[in-house]
Parts: sequence; structure tokens; C-alpha cells
Amino acid sequence: MNSLVCIAYVPDTETRIRVGADGKSIDEADVKWIVSPYDEYGLEEALKIREAKGAGTVTVLAVGPERAKTGLRECLARGADDAIWVDATGVSYLDALGTAKALAAAAKGGAYDFIWFGQKGVGYDESLVGPMFAELFGVPHVGSVIKLEVGEGKVTAHREIEGAHEVVECALPAVFTAQKGLNEPRYASLKGIMAAKKKPIAEKKLAELGVAEADPAQAKMRWRKLELPPARQAVKLIPADDPAAAGKELVRLLREEAKVI
Amino acid sequence: MKFLVFIEQREGKIRKASLEALSLARKLSGGPVAAVLPGKGVTALAAELGKYGAGTVYVADRDDLALYSNKGYVGALDAATKKCSPDAVLIAATSMGKDVAPRYAARNDVSAMADVMELRVEGDRLVAWRPVYSGKARVEVDCGAAKLQIATTRPNVFAAEVDAAAGEPAVETLELGDVAPRAKVLRVETSESKELDVSEADVIVSGGRGIKGPEGWPVIRDLQQALGAALGASRAVVDAGWIDHQHQVGQTGKVVSPTLYVACGISGAIQHLAGMGTSKVIVAINKDPEAPIFKVATYGVVGDIFQIIPEFAKAVRAAKAE
Repeated sequence: MNSLVCIAYVPDTETRIRVGADGKSIDEADVKWIVSPYDEYGLEEALKIREAKGAGTVTVLAVGPERAKTGLRECLARGADDAIWVDATGVSYLDALGTAKALAAAAKGGAYDFIWFGQKGVGYDESLVGPMFAELFGVPHVGSVIKLEVGEGKVTAHREIEGAHEVVECALPAVFTAQKGLNEPRYASLKGIMAAKKKPIAEKKLAELGVAEADPAQAKMRWRKLELPPARQAVKLIPADDPAAAGKELVRLLREEAKVI
Repeated sequence: MKFLVFIEQREGKIRKASLEALSLARKLSGGPVAAVLPGKGVTALAAELGKYGAGTVYVADRDDLALYSNKGYVGALDAATKKCSPDAVLIAATSMGKDVAPRYAARNDVSAMADVMELRVEGDRLVAWRPVYSGKARVEVDCGAAKLQIATTRPNVFAAEVDAAAGEPAVETLELGDVAPRAKVLRVETSESKELDVSEADVIVSGGRGIKGPEGWPVIRDLQQALGAALGASRAVVDAGWIDHQHQVGQTGKVVSPTLYVACGISGAIQHLAGMGTSKVIVAINKDPEAPIFKVATYGVVGDIFQIIPEFAKAVRAAKAE
């Protein structure tokens, strides 16, 4: 059973975000880039399926500038077999639809049973690309998967919803978006890192995939202005030496001043 | 601008987040809007939607829509779209909404403004503010070249307002074709004890490493119950296995915007602040006066959570009993 794992290469979650000079994108200076954490769960599940079946391949796919190759290389080091990089050099922003179109065009013709995404790409935080890819690729999808049981030609996925799980039976091939809790991603071993250097990364050019949204005038969602959130007011500290009085004072402030309880 | 609002119900109960989206659409359009309501036995629920701004409710009421399926529920949205040719579609950014919106958008060759926290109309365009980098920044967006404009609205941010003068909505039944899904929901398993989810809660009480171990939860739970809140947790305690991931608030957990957020023994790592920084009022209780959580808190108590929280809970109960 073959898997395709689509990854986003994003600013580290510890990164302090600064607004760039154009006022509508982030300042990329000093940003450390990582494979989006939810994508790691997708990769891990794909590797586990390959190991359990003792057959099949795991291909990783990313669209982005040159640095995206570093992300792909990391996934190869963890055990993926090969990679596809869609070179988007010079395209500073691609909306979710354009991203899904680029990935679907690059994946076209591949025989994949499982197509993995993270339940969201941290940063843009949209949770759009995975299901959009499924629509464009003509396959079903199950979002926010926290458990997967693989059967013959179909799988049973547990999907996280508000305060409950949906148990979903799904035919293959299909798109799955991975949620935290699905598994514990492995680290790359030294051997894996060495082996990754020899694994192939196929290259495709975004400009040759016919993605209209790569042209900013054709984007279906665009960023107009980026801002840091407004600063919050300074904290009002309540003395703690008498816990009972502190408790009462908190309640008084929440009732009379903030009017929230 | 013609709006269509996707209405979510589970087990015959309309989600508050959908009423918020409906109310917002009415406000932006200046009059009644269209709504689509898929499910089983849902026709009776249509009347209620009039009060929140629905002029017409397109109902897809079928046995095979009893449980959610992407194919069936997006199919209903497709059918309603054909009937009323909307300029804009609003969907609450719940688990279901996040499943419906991207598929529907791609089918219409457009994208979507996801998880918006502010929405306005400029001429014939929708303009939104949405959080990015888990709330570490926010971005003003529009739908660019898209003819059909789609936004998903973050729950708990917009008001669900009743218009007492509103009339009964017109109810139209949708005819759907084959909606047998390739991804079929077999059953819904309620986890733990049907707990209120942090993403839907008005009030959240969260515990961090300061609770010292899973045996510290009863103290936090006591305050949670006194406030009628949902239980949240920091990444540290989830990773330590003290509680299930569904409670995690932060960049790799849930991003929340409650009216009141009470952080108990949470230092406030940047990832956590990203997940709850848009809360209206934040209370922080922590023994370390240098903890970053105090930088975002509205009210702070520098002290031992095991001494302060029981007294806080007691005072809440006393106040509520008045």
C-alpha cells in the first residue's frame, strides 16, 4: 500500500512573528523553518502502514521555495522513500486552492492508497488544503484522524469532533488529515539522515502545472494587511496573602468590572 | 449581497455557532438571508431559524442524513446554492464546518476565508480579519478574484441575536440525488463524560504544570464546575499524559476565544499564549511573578494555586447563590 504525504514547511511554533516590510507578510529574517507538526503525524502513520504491510512506498510532496527541500529531506531521513518538490520560487503567496491544485497536479498519475495531510498547517491555520485536494483528486477524505485501522480495500478511521469521535468507514484511495493523538512521530536516526542524502527528490515547476492562483491577480483568497494583535492592558494584580480575600476579590472584579460572570 | 448560511445540527439540536453565523449574515445583508439545513427530522427546526435571520430555509430532511457525511451535507449545500445563487456563503468553523467548507469551495473553484473573527462588507466584497500563526498575528483578507465568497466563522466570537419582529421563514425541501458516501460515519462515540468542548465554551478553566500531577485535577475541576466551564490544559500536561489531548489549548491544540479564561499554574509558553490570547478576560493564578502568562492576563494572583483556587471556587459559588 502506497502513501503520499503532503507537507507544509512553516515557521517553528516558537517563532516570534514580525510583520514584513510590505505590511502583508511576515518578516522571514531569523525564522527557523520546520515540517508542520500535524504533517509529522501523517508521515508517521504512512511509515507505520508500510512497516505493518511489509510492502509499499511512502512519497513526500511539498510546494514551496528552495527551503521546502530541506523539509522533504527531513522526511526522507525519517524513512520516506522518495520525494517530489514543486518549485514555487518567486511565488511569495499561494492561496489554499492554488496549493491544493499544485499538489494535485504534481500527484497526478501516482498510485497512492493513502494521501496524508496535517489537520492544519500551523501558521496559516486554515485547515483547507487537505479536503480541497481530495475534491480535486476525486477521492473521499476523513479529517482530524486520531486512530486508523487498515482493512482490505477500506479503512476505519476515528475522527475527532467536539467532545466525541466519529467512527468513519472509508474506501481507498482517500485523503486523511492527521490530528495529534494519532501516533508518536519518530526521530530521524543518524543512519536515516545519511541514507536520505541518496534518496531521489523529483522536481516540478509550479509555473508548468497550470495553477491560475499562482498569479496574485487570480488568487481566490489574498492577504491585504498583516498586524500583530493589539497589546493587552497591564495586569491588575490581586494580593494573595489572604487566599479567601483574594478569591472574593477576583469574583468581585469579574462580576462588577469585567461583567463576565 | 445575497447570503446563504450552512446550518449545523447534531442529534436534532442546532449548533449555537451556526446561529451566530446566521445572525451575522442578516446583519451584513440588512435583511433576511437564506439558510440550508441538512439532517434527519430537521424540518421542524426550520422555524427557529427565522428568529435569527433566515428568510428562506432549504431543508434536506432524509434518513440517510441522520449522521454527518461530507457527500450528503455538502450535497445539500450544493442544491441550496443552485436554488438561490448566493454571492456569499457563511459556515461556522466547527469540526463539521471545517469539513464542509473546503470541499464546497474547491468544487466551486474558489478558496475560503477560514476561521474569521471580524467580517464586513465593502461594496460587493467581504473583508475579514482572521488570526494566523495561532493568534500571534492577524491578517485582513478578502476573496480576491473569487465570484463566490466563502467565510467560516469562529465559534463564540459573533453574537447570536434574536429579532423578535422576524416572521416565519419560508421552508423549501431540497431534492438530493445519490448521496451514498464513500466515507461513511458508522457511529459517534462520545468521549469521557460528554464534556463541554473547549472550542465551544464561554468559560474555560485550564491547568498547567503547576497542578503538579494528575492528582491535582480535582482542585481545578472544582473551579471548572463552579464556573460551569470547560476544562483546558497546557501542552506540557498533555504531553506528560496527565490528560487527553482534546483538552489542549495552544498552537498544537485548540485555539480558543472564550469570554473568560482562567489559567491555573500555567506559565504561558508562547504556544499556549497563541492559543488563548484572544480571550476577552484572562485570569492567571501562578506562584511565579515572572511567568509570561501575567503579560496577557487581565487579573492576576501571584500565589499557590492549591490555596487560591478552592477559595476562588467557594466565592464563585457564593456569588452565584445570591
